[in-house]
Amino acid sequence: MTFSGFKVIKEALTGHKGWGPLWRTPEPKAQYDVVIVGGGGHGLATAYYLAKVYGVTNVAVLEKGWIGSGNVGRNTTIIRSNYLLPGNQPFYEFSMKLWENLEQDTNFNSMVSQRGIINLFHSDGQRDAYRRRGNAMMLSGAGARLLSQADLRERAPFLNFDNARFPIKGGLMQERAGTARHDGVAWGYARGADMRGVDIIQNCEVTGFRMDAGRVTGVETTRGVIGAGKVGVAVAGNSGRVMAMAGRRLPIESQVLQAFVSEGLKPVIPGVITFGAGHFYISQSDKGGLVFGGDLDGYNSYAQRGGLPVVEDVLEGGMALMPMLGRARLLRNWGGIVDMSMDGSPIIDRTDIGDLYFNGAWNYGGFKATPASGYAFAHLLARDEPHETARAFRFDRFARGYVIDEKGVGAQPNLH
Amino acid sequence: MLIPHPLLGPRNAQEFTYLGDAQLLRRPDPQAPDAEAAFCDYVFQRSNPAGVHQELWFHEQGDRSWLVVTRNTVTHEILGAELACDVAKREGAQ
Repeated sequence: MTFSGFKVIKEALTGHKGWGPLWRTPEPKAQYDVVIVGGGGHGLATAYYLAKVYGVTNVAVLEKGWIGSGNVGRNTTIIRSNYLLPGNQPFYEFSMKLWENLEQDTNFNSMVSQRGIINLFHSDGQRDAYRRRGNAMMLSGAGARLLSQADLRERAPFLNFDNARFPIKGGLMQERAGTARHDGVAWGYARGADMRGVDIIQNCEVTGFRMDAGRVTGVETTRGVIGAGKVGVAVAGNSGRVMAMAGRRLPIESQVLQAFVSEGLKPVIPGVITFGAGHFYISQSDKGGLVFGGDLDGYNSYAQRGGLPVVEDVLEGGMALMPMLGRARLLRNWGGIVDMSMDGSPIIDRTDIGDLYFNGAWNYGGFKATPASGYAFAHLLARDEPHETARAFRFDRFARGYVIDEKGVGAQPNLH
Repeated sequence: MLIPHPLLGPRNAQEFTYLGDAQLLRRPDPQAPDAEAAFCDYVFQRSNPAGVHQELWFHEQGDRSWLVVTRNTVTHEILGAELACDVAKREGAQ
């Protein structure tokens, strides 16, 4: 089944009886060439690119719940490539390029909307730092624009420009950034992978690894043992739990990050806006809800829910930035568990166990990275060498002193 | 969350700053032959358990003591707290 405008009109006129399930519900086979642990955005994207680009179709994606039930359905849907460091920026720009063609590539409406992101600055020093970041973005081909206060007043007149403590002086804009429909991304990749022969096995929790002579040979699951030529772990949030089954510790702490949405409002926020003096970012969904977030709760957690002090802190940030926010009602808030790494950057690498590969440590940045993460992980699994944009995301960068620390705060995960 | 401070009684967790796994109390021997690998492990690697976790909290807006708090990372239930200096002395004595 392919989607097209013609098909939508035809179904609308015939009572929507011709739509089928978007993917099969297969029983697990005894053996696969590649088993991917984790049916979130990254795991499904990996399976999709393995099948589509690298021709590896004897693949299973194992998911303990239902696909897309973790962070890919819990994030604030922002896509952007506005990083500074050379280890990161080319990777995120590669991801941005994949986002731009995602709907044509997967034949699925992921609602990619390039409405732009503006990072506000509040002092001359911060302007200079953002100018430098903009230059790094332009070097990678991502594009960047420095907006003056006058530009901003036109685009976003509701901002608190004359805040006594943190006046808004301008912003760094990436026009190609924006938002996407997070669930649609997971569904599009799942459907595309399934159409190419990948088995998506839901309600199948991995409970252990089968090893032989220092190599992994399969996984134990709640639905029996499944043999694998290679195993790729893509379970960010639960990386510590899953890799502990293989007896490994990671440079990661699992922490809870909250997100918020208001009642639906008429269009008011023109893109994504981030506060430069506190930690607060906001956009508006197509349904009209204001979607926003801020800091981590800041302690180890697997609970998928946070505490009220951080709710208060995030809302204070919002009120400082745009006082009109106080007139909207908060509809929901929720938490997701993120892998916070020791330098704030991800890992896509082999492990020291043969045929066991790891993708995780996505910190705040997992959603925007989904396409490139899947592509690079598929490249690593198929070719056994890193993708050219993901070469820096290695386990041994900590021991070798090549950390990728965008904020320069060191081995303190709750500050990244 | 309320942290049962051993000297001050139950205190709001907001008064504290979180550092991380209490393994940070167990600094490796810098003179050992494997010191480089041991320090790399000490600085960067974490057990990150889902369940009972011992962790360091600093009572920054209180008496400025370091505590070792035992907390469940799945339920956020706090099971106990001790002064970090007491823990370090006890472990040093062993």
